[in-house]
Amino acid sequence: MKTLSFNNYETEEFFDELITEAGESRDGAERLVQRINSLSDEELMARQREIEAALLRMGITFTVYGDNAGTEKIFPFDLIPRIVMASDWQHIEAGLKQRIATLNKFLNDIYHDQEIVKEGILPREMLDKAKSFRPQCVGLNPPGGVWCHITGTDLVRHSDGAIYVLEDNLRCPSGVSYVLQNRLVMKRSFPNAFADSRVRPVVNYPNQLLETMLSVAPQGVEEPTVVVLTPGIYNSAYYEHSFLAQQMGVELVQGDDLVVQDDRVYMFTTDGLAQVDVIYRRIDDDFMDPQSFRKDSMLGVPGLMQAYRKGNVTLCNAPGTGVADDKVIYAYVPEMIRYYLGEEPILPNVPTYVCQREEDRKYVLAHLDELVVKAANEAGGYGMLIGPHSTKAQQQEFAELIKADPRNYIAQPTLALSRVPTIVGDHFEGRHVDLRPYILCGKSIWVLPGGLTRVALKKGSLVVNSSQGGGSKDTWVIAGHHVEVADPEGSL
Amino acid sequence: MLSRVASSIYWMARYVERSENLARFVEVAYNVSLDHTTAEQWEPLVRATGDEKYFLDKYADYTSENVRQFLTFDPEYASSMLSCLTAARENARTVREAISSESWETLNDFYLFLQQASKRDLSYANSDLYMEIKRRCHLFSGVFDSTMSRDKGWYFANIGRFLERADKTSRILDVKYFTLLPNVSDIGTTVDDLLWSSVLRSVSGFEMFRKSYHTLTIERILDFLVLDTRFPRAITYCVQTAAGSLSKVGGPADSADNVALQLAETLLQKLSSATNHSIIDGGFHEFIDSLQTDLNVLGAAIGETYFAKRAQKTSPLQTQSS
Repeated sequence: MKTLSFNNYETEEFFDELITEAGESRDGAERLVQRINSLSDEELMARQREIEAALLRMGITFTVYGDNAGTEKIFPFDLIPRIVMASDWQHIEAGLKQRIATLNKFLNDIYHDQEIVKEGILPREMLDKAKSFRPQCVGLNPPGGVWCHITGTDLVRHSDGAIYVLEDNLRCPSGVSYVLQNRLVMKRSFPNAFADSRVRPVVNYPNQLLETMLSVAPQGVEEPTVVVLTPGIYNSAYYEHSFLAQQMGVELVQGDDLVVQDDRVYMFTTDGLAQVDVIYRRIDDDFMDPQSFRKDSMLGVPGLMQAYRKGNVTLCNAPGTGVADDKVIYAYVPEMIRYYLGEEPILPNVPTYVCQREEDRKYVLAHLDELVVKAANEAGGYGMLIGPHSTKAQQQEFAELIKADPRNYIAQPTLALSRVPTIVGDHFEGRHVDLRPYILCGKSIWVLPGGLTRVALKKGSLVVNSSQGGGSKDTWVIAGHHVEVADPEGSL
Repeated sequence: MLSRVASSIYWMARYVERSENLARFVEVAYNVSLDHTTAEQWEPLVRATGDEKYFLDKYADYTSENVRQFLTFDPEYASSMLSCLTAARENARTVREAISSESWETLNDFYLFLQQASKRDLSYANSDLYMEIKRRCHLFSGVFDSTMSRDKGWYFANIGRFLERADKTSRILDVKYFTLLPNVSDIGTTVDDLLWSSVLRSVSGFEMFRKSYHTLTIERILDFLVLDTRFPRAITYCVQTAAGSLSKVGGPADSADNVALQLAETLLQKLSSATNHSIIDGGFHEFIDSLQTDLNVLGAAIGETYFAKRAQKTSPLQTQSS
């Protein structure tokens, strides 16, 4: 009997991205649902296994820290894609463009005149205590005025059906390589459903990324040399670094491949030194240049910041952008949108309590059992308290942490994240997902139609990070009737 | 091309070639041992590695199982097939952006295959496995050759591949020459067909030898395996090909300063002026010894010329900015 079917699938009380409460397919998901219902369990499972084998063979892996040094694993992948309706996407895309335009204005402001603080929109203490604010960047003018070229913004959908911004990732957002490779392997599994569902292609991301970086090269360079800077093969995202370099046809360099002479950056080649103009750096501010940041960094390039300051090289993203990742700063983004653009935010933030504000703190301390508490500068699902799933002792521990350093904590209501059917053993169960679209900002702003859908594979879990046992799904943005879908991937 | 990348591609190719040669040697020894159940086939193989001490400390006896385990799967022995392939794959992984995806996937799949095989019992280390390893090495070379532009990356791989091959052919000849030649006075006579043909088979040269040289004599074997310019495993052919690739990669300085290229040309000159008689008269072992020294010196010069990271001695920009 067929059990991998949507006929007996339960959405329970959650918003399901594929199936409505009434058990119908959502707009755009009809062909996919039909196709899956028409395939036998054996065939679906065989396709799932084929994809996993392909990912392993292709070496599409991430490195697991703390495990045996250098252990590689594939990022768990689930066959059932997540659908994003055309109208939802239009809304998301407009919201993301508005947000990234604002964040770039904000970064430029706080590293120059800090008008937003003077105007009292952002309290000074919030900025002063932002750990990732870089005094070294004050007064810098990145080429083209762009600070943040590549952003991955995490979105979630609540049971009310609305989409919220969960956090901004303006340092080195990762995962886009999985978006492209998931698509590649999925197209082998569901070629017909793809064509019929009018899925928008993602394949031109590397091209857009290269264009973005070329557009912000230092002035006067005729044919800029772009490189990707990686910490090396032991970094968890090394696969992605090499993939992006390969797809753009640029060199993937490590810190010791580069040298700064006379405030210019060069790489060691078999022909001698060759100048580098634009660096897509996948290495944190702290490790980039031991002369300006951490003295003990072995990964960076001494003198890089000085070359940058002199305008001889472009860094993508600019150093110092991490300040906008700070979860307390995040809470002020809607205000920033009103302040810098004079517009209402298109995508709302998740309601956020800033523990530094006395009233918020009182509320948070009284409601720890129902809130999610996050440290301002942690990522990857670390430094979190998930109230409803926590013990009294854990709540007590966080209460102490908050009282000791209120600036370092925010809290948000526990959201009922939307779900997508996922293969669990021999049947489908809903699993919670988020969505990380990627936004490129050079001369113009471009949003990849889709993004990384991360899925919490454990039953009931809300944590989707790969470091916490999350997996991924392909994300199908359905083309609206006026959007061109001529598929450049057809040529692959 | 980045110096680090050039170095990794060179070593990737060398390690793949090394595992292929090992698989050839072991497969032939294995086949001969099925015909003659003596341990003697195995000892020379270990001697050809130059790591007898490691072997004797860890394994004691030159049994078929011990030697096959040592050369095929020993993860602690840096020159086992598994270790070579792991090193090749690790080099490829650090430069996967610089090689074709097809090359990387072929090598990664090969590595996963051998990893799996190493977990099974040793009876799987039989002719089938060695043929499969050879086949996968050929597949990798073929995929690499047909998907890579003839740019610096390809040339560095070619240099690595052919220097390694020249070294391995010389080593196997050196060991076999003395173990299979009972008496120097036998030179000039027809030699023991079965054993010498196994040497030729270990470099896949038996059929090609027969075509051009017919009956087996030591002189003809030297002509074929050392001096031939057409057989792809002959030492002269290998050095010629490596030198040709070397001349294509250009270099940091003009060719007059290119020590690596000069050394390669000198070595080629030495080989092309040699004859089987001059080799035998001067002492075969001495000839091979000096050849291996030359190959090592050449390898080091390539490293020094292309892979070492050096700042420019005098930057033309220094005068402008300060």
